[in-house]
Amino acid sequence: MTEEEQARQALGEILGRYKKDRKNLLPLLQEVQTTLGYLPGKALQEIADFLEMSDIEVWGVATFYNQFRFAPLGKYHTVVCMGTACHLAGGRLILDALERELGIKVGETAEDGNFSLERVACIGCCMLAPVVVIKGKIHPKMTPFKVEEALMPYRQSTEDASSSREDRKSRT
Amino acid sequence: MTFEEINRKAKSEWEALQRGVSVLIGTATCGQAAGALDVVDSFHQELRRRGAEVPTIKVGCTGLCYADPFVTISKPGSLRVAYGNVTPDSVPRLVEGYVVGDDPCLELALGTVEGGDGEAIYVPELPRFERERRIILSRCGYIDPENINHYIANGGYGGLAKALKMSPEGIIGELRRSGLRGRGGAGFPTHLKWEQCCKAESTPKYVICNADEGDPGAFMDRVVLESDPHQVVEGMIIAGYATGAEQGYVYVRAEYPLAIERIRIALKQANEVGILGDNVLGSGFRFDIEIAAGAGAFVSGEATALVAAMEGRRSEPRLKPPHLAEAGLWDKPTLLNNVKTFAYVPLIIEQGGDWFASIGTEGSKGTAMFTLAGKVVNSGLAEVPMGTTLRELVYDIGGGIVGDKEFKAVQIGGPSGGCLSETLLDIPIDYDSLKQAGSMMGSGGMIVMDEDNCMVDAARFFLDFSTKESCGKCTMCRLGTLQMLHILEDITAGRGKIEDLDALLTLAEDVKMGSLCGLGRTAPNPVLTTLRYFRDEYEAHILEKRCPARVCPELTVYYILPDKCDRGCEHCVLTCPTEAIKGEKGQVKVIDQEKCSKCGTCLEVCPPEYNAVVKLSPVSSLPSSESPATEAWK
Repeated sequence: MTEEEQARQALGEILGRYKKDRKNLLPLLQEVQTTLGYLPGKALQEIADFLEMSDIEVWGVATFYNQFRFAPLGKYHTVVCMGTACHLAGGRLILDALERELGIKVGETAEDGNFSLERVACIGCCMLAPVVVIKGKIHPKMTPFKVEEALMPYRQSTEDASSSREDRKSRT
Repeated sequence: MTFEEINRKAKSEWEALQRGVSVLIGTATCGQAAGALDVVDSFHQELRRRGAEVPTIKVGCTGLCYADPFVTISKPGSLRVAYGNVTPDSVPRLVEGYVVGDDPCLELALGTVEGGDGEAIYVPELPRFERERRIILSRCGYIDPENINHYIANGGYGGLAKALKMSPEGIIGELRRSGLRGRGGAGFPTHLKWEQCCKAESTPKYVICNADEGDPGAFMDRVVLESDPHQVVEGMIIAGYATGAEQGYVYVRAEYPLAIERIRIALKQANEVGILGDNVLGSGFRFDIEIAAGAGAFVSGEATALVAAMEGRRSEPRLKPPHLAEAGLWDKPTLLNNVKTFAYVPLIIEQGGDWFASIGTEGSKGTAMFTLAGKVVNSGLAEVPMGTTLRELVYDIGGGIVGDKEFKAVQIGGPSGGCLSETLLDIPIDYDSLKQAGSMMGSGGMIVMDEDNCMVDAARFFLDFSTKESCGKCTMCRLGTLQMLHILEDITAGRGKIEDLDALLTLAEDVKMGSLCGLGRTAPNPVLTTLRYFRDEYEAHILEKRCPARVCPELTVYYILPDKCDRGCEHCVLTCPTEAIKGEKGQVKVIDQEKCSKCGTCLEVCPPEYNAVVKLSPVSSLPSSESPATEAWK
């Protein structure tokens, strides 16, 4: 099955579990995003058809909320907290350092699909400010200098993966 | 089952637990972020290795987040001891010392834990508890939030059992006597909302708990839901009974997965014992609660916007009236309260409104819950009687400013609140005093700022937040805040003009007047209060192109003091991400200002024995030999 067929099947399963009621729009969007990682345009279209709403209305709702994404995230999704405590402790410098290190701007996913970078308003760990979350793991009390170090393990694993791929290629 | 039967069963389970040794580990999100789950694993391993059959209980947060991971060892007939900043490495010592042996490991201890059995828990060795009065936090960090019997055995659902024998008017009368005002921030008298909804004739009616805690730097609701969710559930059931609603919803941010999980478990357990469902505690009253996960929009915290989100629409506020009590969810009568407001209700019913009204001040009854964060030593949560002063909160409970720096401001109420200066530290915390000072109670986030924080930058930060979160419905909120933000960006970049300050004041008033909901009406507060209490900082940015706290990058330069630079050391040269620092080994290092990205790494890595890197502001204060490079920053 191609990736697209898999996604369509997963979407069908999710839709099968909901009633055709527009109050289910947000739960539907949330579940589809959890399953597919983001909200592809085709999925939004199908949700609209299912709820008998216009596409534009579904897009209007989906784009209103910060939670929804319309492009896939990187393998190592990196979140910078820009809450008040983190800001006062130098959150902007951490964001700058991450943009520099990863070579992407906030909101972007790197071309190789490894890293994506996002800023959030507050993750509620103010006593550990400034905080960066990489693939769900919290890195407390960051400094610009510590950014490179924090990224290192993830970079190594992607390098290992790509080098082993190349090994395999060269063997065949 | 009757409440007596449920209660008896819960008590016997709890008492059995108290007869043995138990280890309580704080695993709310704050604890987990500090590594509490690794500590739990270490306890499991160590106890297994020793063959000790001692239960480890994942409790919530005591509010002492600065001491996370937080562990309490409870031992019958002996002291209950609390340990702060526990690491997996210290676990074998604790197990050998106090779980198995009789040495309380005092070198690792924060203090003893007293209270329980209906009394709020506290640590007598910590002076902050003399100032605190814990009502909502009384069980937090002491019971297992995923076990309904722990809650019931410690007084839980007693308020509901009593309420079910009262009339709705009796319950609302008790709330009136208590003087309880909404803890979401605006402080509307709770009994009035309940009364309106009770009197509404249309059915069905709905009860909604607003757990869309969106203020950056505020996490009280999260801690309550993660540490003692049943008290909120109990408050909601009483609300349903008093208003005639049969369906409740907890609207909680999707960013709080652990809170959602713990409410889910609480609801399931309450259903299983008949506290929720078709026949609440055998009374014939029917009530159910569902969870609705928010999708991340600050404006959803506004009542009508929250209802729009629950109906699957864009979360935009609407004009009031009609109030939610008349036309709320699906246009039906709806009661909406904050997490903490619901949490107070069971105790008010149980102990009486007069008891609650005996705490606090004339106009603000009961306790206030705050998160303390920023440049304060003891970050975390505190619950104090209304009327406590800001100074007591920041210094006696918060332990003062980190690193002996000088206090500059305390920001209360998040993006809707204000920055208050040193001179206002002695005002009492209550709805009216804070409003008078230009701030507001808000949801209870409190951020302490020190001399290293720039107040213009702080105002810019909050406005940036409000601009991003404005739903866009009202022109003044959508564009007025953006215009204010542009002015503040100009000022922090050194492009400000003195007449900008008047423009800010005018715009601030216009935005307040021209906005429908609280977001727009309060968004200018951080600007207005910083202008009122820290005007000198605005003037320094505009007139001298100087940022007094040396925060704003366009007005600041990094400089290596030649007489302090070790010359032999190359830390800064090797770590500078933009290769902006030159200097051979043995030479004084110099920053190329044109390449410098102002990341601060050189300042961070310069060994403390040299301390050669300094920040200067204005840019023109850079010693003249390097001045050509400063052209780029003008």
